[in-house]
Amino acid sequence: MRTHSLFDRQTILVLSLLAAAAILVPTMNELPPPGSALHLSDHLVPLLGKYVCFALLALSVDLIWGFSGILSLGHGAFFALGGYAMGMYLMRQIGPRGVYGDPILPDFMIFLNWKELPWFWHGFDWFPFAALMVLLVPGALALVFGWFAFRSRVTGVYFSIITQAMTFALMLAFFRNDMGLGGNNGLTDFKEILGFPVQNGSTRIALFVLSVLALASGYLLCRWVVGSTFGKVLVAVRDAESRTRFLGYRVEHYKLTVFTLSALLAGVAGALYVPQVGIINPSEFAPANSIEVVIWVAVGGRGTLAGAIFGALLVNAGKTWFTAALPEFWLFALGGLFVFVTLFMPRGILGAAGDLWERSSQKLRARRSPQPATHAAE
Amino acid sequence: MTVPVTPTLLYLDNITVSFDGFRALNALSLAIDHAEMRAIIGPNGAGKTTMMDVITGKTQPNEGTALFEGTHDLTALDETAIAELGIGRKFQTPTIFEMHTVEDNLLLALKNRRGPLATLLSRGVNQDMVRIDALLERVRLTAQRHRRAGELSHGQKQWLEIGMLLAQEPKLLLIDEPAAGMTDQETADTADLLRDIARSKAVIVVEHDMTFVRDLGVKVTCLHEGSVLAEGSLDAVSANERVVEVYLGR
Repeated sequence: MRTHSLFDRQTILVLSLLAAAAILVPTMNELPPPGSALHLSDHLVPLLGKYVCFALLALSVDLIWGFSGILSLGHGAFFALGGYAMGMYLMRQIGPRGVYGDPILPDFMIFLNWKELPWFWHGFDWFPFAALMVLLVPGALALVFGWFAFRSRVTGVYFSIITQAMTFALMLAFFRNDMGLGGNNGLTDFKEILGFPVQNGSTRIALFVLSVLALASGYLLCRWVVGSTFGKVLVAVRDAESRTRFLGYRVEHYKLTVFTLSALLAGVAGALYVPQVGIINPSEFAPANSIEVVIWVAVGGRGTLAGAIFGALLVNAGKTWFTAALPEFWLFALGGLFVFVTLFMPRGILGAAGDLWERSSQKLRARRSPQPATHAAE
Repeated sequence: MTVPVTPTLLYLDNITVSFDGFRALNALSLAIDHAEMRAIIGPNGAGKTTMMDVITGKTQPNEGTALFEGTHDLTALDETAIAELGIGRKFQTPTIFEMHTVEDNLLLALKNRRGPLATLLSRGVNQDMVRIDALLERVRLTAQRHRRAGELSHGQKQWLEIGMLLAQEPKLLLIDEPAAGMTDQETADTADLLRDIARSKAVIVVEHDMTFVRDLGVKVTCLHEGSVLAEGSLDAVSANERVVEVYLGR
């Protein structure tokens, strides 16, 4: 039997790299004196934390796109909803320290002349409730949206288009002041999370480490799902959907389950992202954001899980470098990268590397087997 | 539970399917008994594949009755529900999961609980492996167990798909052109396999290859323009003047 063990080589590699990041980043930030070559400056910690959140988002997209062929171009919406749930908690923590000093109402509500807190803001001052909403809101949207879409057998490009429409519609809704979520400006000026100041170095390190832990758990969860018979059914759906139906599987239930699970992961990623960047606004719902996530996955290697993480980190690091050095060229570089990968590495960087590895090890084996004596001496 | 209206396993009566005015099936009636094997022949466009589509829930008939085990109305069920009742289908071109290994193809087809939660917690237990061993033996793919299904030869793919059908433990097997693209030896072996299967299960075989149909040695139904033209032994059917007319053109 081909090994589908949870701790195969790739998993061990990914987990060790993540563990190394969780140890090295705080150490390099705290121990070496500023100015030393080994020192990691303070502003880099939340930046790296942001990348890690994006990697978790990419992972959630790879789970559905890579393994069950559902190309969601609206996953940014689940990410943003998780982010808003966390943002609402952070807003309530500001208390009377806002510009207008109201103990209950966030500044933007005073500005809009609102007299009382809208109903849906209640409970968000309590962290466990907010944490529950981080999962519940994206999950519920995915469940309802997916139920209608999969039940009507909306697949392929049509599904992708309606997910774009979904995130676009949410963006327009969140732009409105009447929505009660800060409109255009979104939610910002956060002070504390669970009593720790969000701007503090140690809080940021804690958030970074938590993000890495979330990514590692998300990765393990995805591996577990993909390694089960459920995961095999997903791949079967991806490759021959109607055949899977004739075998007696309820394809729509499978799609709905994995789509919702993926939305939960995206929501968690968004929730960890917001305290590290200090703001959440409707631009997170922008259709282009969701498309960018798909590019990360395609670049890293669709259907490999590790590739999604790698692609997200690589492209975002590139984006940071490019937007500082050659800001006008970033979008060209991103587009060029996507075209290049699609044409020359259809299975992404990790997919191509895997093929190369397999081929060279096959060659090695072929070379070794006929005359084992000569090589044994080496 | 309603009283079965018919003792036959599969009962089609007066089934009509039209696509944009074209009648793919025209008042087709057919009955298949338990553990009966039936060969369906007929020229292209006779409605053989459409008939399978109706039985498996892919196509809804415009009118007519389709009953399974006398009580289940097939026209009211979808593909998944019909598969769960115990009707398995092999397609004309082999349709297997090319990215999965031969073993995993069979694992997915095994009669097990099909819900997402059940499969999420399942990882192919030993009991399944024993069943897979037996199936691999039967369709002669034991040596190919760990190969990707996409790498198999055409004939092997056909056999794998038959193996997947058996894994579902259906009561009725619909098999569309199993001998297409096979060598003579493979064709003869396939006929043996199907005869063996038909000892315990009902089988409907759609086939063009007359040698193969003769090999099967079962009752033959000839379709033409969406309805039954002739029924009986192959010799009787091929002696039928109308059948000769249809096959040779008038």
